[in-house]
Amino acid sequence: MDCSHVFEFKVKRLIVVFTLFLAFFSVTPAAFAQVDTAQVTEDSHAQPEAKEKFDIGKFALHHIADSHSWHVIGHTYIDLPVILYTKAGFVNFSSADFNHDDDGKVIVERKGQRFVKMHEKIYYASDAANEHGQFLSLDEKHHASNERPLDLSITKNVCTLFLSIIILLVVFINVANGYKKRVGKSPKGLQSWMEPIILFVRDDIAKPNLGHKYERFMPYLLTVFFFIWFNNMLGLIPFLPGGANLTGNIAVTMILAIATFCLTVFNGNKYYWKHIFMPDVPWWMYIVMVPVELFGIFTKPIALMIRLFANITAGHILVLSLICLVFVFNSLYIAPVSIAFAVFIGAIELLVAFIQAFIFTILSALFIGMAIEEHH
Amino acid sequence: MITGSIAAIGAGLAAIGAGLGIGRIGGSAMDGIARQPEAASKIQTAMLIAAAFVEAVALFAVVVALMGNG
Repeated sequence: MDCSHVFEFKVKRLIVVFTLFLAFFSVTPAAFAQVDTAQVTEDSHAQPEAKEKFDIGKFALHHIADSHSWHVIGHTYIDLPVILYTKAGFVNFSSADFNHDDDGKVIVERKGQRFVKMHEKIYYASDAANEHGQFLSLDEKHHASNERPLDLSITKNVCTLFLSIIILLVVFINVANGYKKRVGKSPKGLQSWMEPIILFVRDDIAKPNLGHKYERFMPYLLTVFFFIWFNNMLGLIPFLPGGANLTGNIAVTMILAIATFCLTVFNGNKYYWKHIFMPDVPWWMYIVMVPVELFGIFTKPIALMIRLFANITAGHILVLSLICLVFVFNSLYIAPVSIAFAVFIGAIELLVAFIQAFIFTILSALFIGMAIEEHH
Repeated sequence: MITGSIAAIGAGLAAIGAGLGIGRIGGSAMDGIARQPEAASKIQTAMLIAAAFVEAVALFAVVVALMGNG
């Protein structure tokens, strides 16, 4: 029997869906881009000599950095609390008090201390303004040299961290309850979405690398995998619930790497330490081998830290630079090209989000597995 | 007159090295999968880990280049 007409129908439907999908993506952002370009040209008409060349690097770095307020749309911001530990103890106020000034021009006075914000960093204000109206003393590289209080603010990244904690808790409590309710039955709902991924972590990451003692480390591996994956995905959403670059923040990845480092060091058995301090080589090689092996303990988690940080940051910078091409060429006709590339890179980033979570987890498992491996 | 940082050239060189490395890894993995399609999943896992190590070196270079720029 010839069934090719069914196949053809499916293919046609696929083509239609795909075209609509592409059309949606190329029309909507292009329309936005048009508005933005219009604004840019308006600005340049208003003050022709003040208009500088558009700086991609500055723009991209600003967008991947942490922030004291959360940009929603246009001139709407969610103002996040600022918590400072200063010379006079704790000080807190809303970041709205800075009037979204980020150049150190607006002073906030609390407990007899004056603060200014520049490039999302909070400084103690100078007594008098400099020639640009900033209450800061700048060095020749335009970095502020004022003293800084200890900044413990709930910033955009911290908010996203709380949000991802809530999402992880909701998802996993739901799944765990599902297993309690349906013991020995087939999974349902959210549970059937999570089960293959949890099994993937167990069968493809934990078991091959950790051997028969894998169960002890499953909670850590699952936590780290889903934390990184969810946060990578949240970082890819350009608007409100996402938008923060949490896994592209070196402090966050450092904490994750330190967790792996501690697990490796504290679970290392005598064979692991013997391999480091007394490897099976002639004794005169120890002068070289022991420092190298000792160094290796630290380079492994540092590589973990940099890998995740740099991968996610590089992805974000790439997407932002592609979008920026419109403003660099200052032409609307470049918009479809840059949007098409941005969508393409965005699709790759979805893959990278998963791969990086996978790589971090499997390398953690590998390092822990090396530390707990029995002598053979 | 072209202005800019020489760090960009370093990042480019690192990209060439990483490209060669990942290309070799990918190519060899393809060979391996073509010879033994039943081992595809194992080869893919090993390929990803090896690629991650190579990529890390390139990303170190990118970070150094960024820091050199800033």
